[in-house]
Amino acid sequence: MTDVDAGTAGDAGDVWQLTLYVAGRTPRSVAALDNLKRICAEHLAGRYRVEVVDLVNQPDRAQGDEVLAIPTLVRRLPPPLRKIIGDLSDTEKVLVGLQLRPGGG
Amino acid sequence: MEAEVPILSESDVLERCPTGIKGLDEVTEGGLPRGRPTLVAGHAGCGKTLLAMEFLARGAHQYGEPGVFVSFEEDQKDLFKNFQSLGFDLRDLVARKLLAIDWVRVERSEIQETGEYDLEGLFIRIGAAVDRVGAKRIVLDTIESLFAGLTNDGIIRAELRRLLRFLKEKGLTTIVTGEAGGSGRFTKQGIEEYVSDCVIVLDHRVDSQLSTRRLRIAKYRGSAHGTNEYPFLIQSDGIDLIPITAIGVGSRTTTERVTTGIPRLDTMFDGLGVYADNSVLITGTAGTGKTTLVSHAVDAACRAGRKATFFAFEESVPQILRNLRSVGVDLGPWQDRGLLQFHASRPDLCGLEMHLLTIEAEVAKFEPAVVALDPITNFVNVGNAIEVRQMLTRLVDFLKARGVLTLMTSLTHGGAELEATNVAISSLVDTFVVLGWVRSEGERNRCLNIVKSRGMAHSNQTREFRITSAGIQIQDVYTGAGGLTGAARAAQEARERAEAVRLEQDVERRRALVHTRQEAFKARMRSMQAEFEAEQAAMLQQIAQDEASRTSAIEESQALADLRHSDREANGDGD
Repeated sequence: MTDVDAGTAGDAGDVWQLTLYVAGRTPRSVAALDNLKRICAEHLAGRYRVEVVDLVNQPDRAQGDEVLAIPTLVRRLPPPLRKIIGDLSDTEKVLVGLQLRPGGG
Repeated sequence: MEAEVPILSESDVLERCPTGIKGLDEVTEGGLPRGRPTLVAGHAGCGKTLLAMEFLARGAHQYGEPGVFVSFEEDQKDLFKNFQSLGFDLRDLVARKLLAIDWVRVERSEIQETGEYDLEGLFIRIGAAVDRVGAKRIVLDTIESLFAGLTNDGIIRAELRRLLRFLKEKGLTTIVTGEAGGSGRFTKQGIEEYVSDCVIVLDHRVDSQLSTRRLRIAKYRGSAHGTNEYPFLIQSDGIDLIPITAIGVGSRTTTERVTTGIPRLDTMFDGLGVYADNSVLITGTAGTGKTTLVSHAVDAACRAGRKATFFAFEESVPQILRNLRSVGVDLGPWQDRGLLQFHASRPDLCGLEMHLLTIEAEVAKFEPAVVALDPITNFVNVGNAIEVRQMLTRLVDFLKARGVLTLMTSLTHGGAELEATNVAISSLVDTFVVLGWVRSEGERNRCLNIVKSRGMAHSNQTREFRITSAGIQIQDVYTGAGGLTGAARAAQEARERAEAVRLEQDVERRRALVHTRQEAFKARMRSMQAEFEAEQAAMLQQIAQDEASRTSAIEESQALADLRHSDREANGDGD
């Protein structure tokens, strides 16, 4: 399932492309998606696109982004590629991981 | 390692999955536990990846079992390249869907961990790869990379356990590689906790500047596996393990006898020479003629149209040929005619295993009837006595199994280590010939003794021999008192000859005396007879005269009586 959950369209050059990998509708993947939506709404309003990939249905997608852990959030754009694993419950760490907030990488 | 030790029953004896790796299936009694994980632990560069990949490649090639290689280190391109040079065409296997390679890159710097996660993504990837080729075998190389890429050890360990269970449920025979750890652990991360059926430890050591790779079955549940360390080599066609005890002694034997090339030596071997598949050890101090003795047998074999291989570990080939020519053995023509191959190498150029495998490879290729190893003692420089013995045991068994006559020379010069080696080796061989010097009266002379030769009534004599321009000449059996050689023997023989002559003369003299006496006696006999005959003749003459005179007297008196007309009766017999 390629569930494209578009936010409000913004400037084309500034759009963040995010992919969330899950495996079935587990509580953890549901939690991850909820957390992602919340964070995006708060910090990237109008300039993000999220693709959700369920590896149970598309197992071949796992190799492309080197996905091991579930859930994994991949920031494709802007470069460089970033990966955040886990249920995204720690907002601070997600923001650091997405480089929306200074504090390491 | 695991808390409970189950009581073994028939069903607990694990089914084997053959690896196809030379020697490994022998030491594991058939291969790895089928459908279960095996840990291959070792330091970097000890051959873990190679062993694992060979397991898959041979599985696909030889056993029709496709495999999946999950690489956490090298990418597919590197793997293709690395294994191409080792003779595996992985690209072809991948194209034929017999192999799937999945490179899992774990880059810690790219990953931010936020909250709970699992490794379902990895499971899905592995599952997809397994399904893609219908895999029966899988390798995880090196799973420990996960610990470097992710921070939550607790999750990794739980997931690792789950992963291995998942693979087991899928019936996959799995190799998990792990970096060697210190302080009594097989691996840094203690992977052995999750892999309880079979643990193989690889090691790469450098002793005396020689590197040796070794493999040990540290654990094999329900199996009487060999606990030895087995040296192995990485050859052009993969891993070659040397299971020394694995060949066994159940080789076929022959009753065919072949000449040693020295007729009198053949005589000492029951008159028939040695068995065609014998292993012969010729020991002796420097210069006793070991190489020459061996070359006679090689020469004789080639003369009979049999092939021979000469492994020279001391001298160069031209030097050997020149030296042998000076004693009348010319091996050059045999070499030219392709009946004889020489291989000269320095024992200390590579490890024992390499030598062993080189010898085996050459013998397998050329298939000679005779193999000469001259000398084997130089190997003591390379390995210790036990290793040398193990190597030679394997070599002797290997050659015997092929029905090859093996001629080994060994130098003795009183060194305790060498002596020990010789003692150790001599029990392996069928025939043991000792060459030595006998010192006496200011000179040294060569002598030869057959210490043992299995399966024949060999000579027990110490025989003197000379190395002449026509090769080895064994002297006559000396039947006199004392064991003498050389000039002393010659002198003794001269003395004995003089004595014999003297005796002969004595006899002659006595014989002459007897003759003289006899002649004298005969002469006396003759003279006595003549004397007697003369006497007899005289006496007979006298008798005749007397008779004649008496007759005439009677006649005269008769005439008178007639004249006087006397009575016949009255004067009949009167005188």
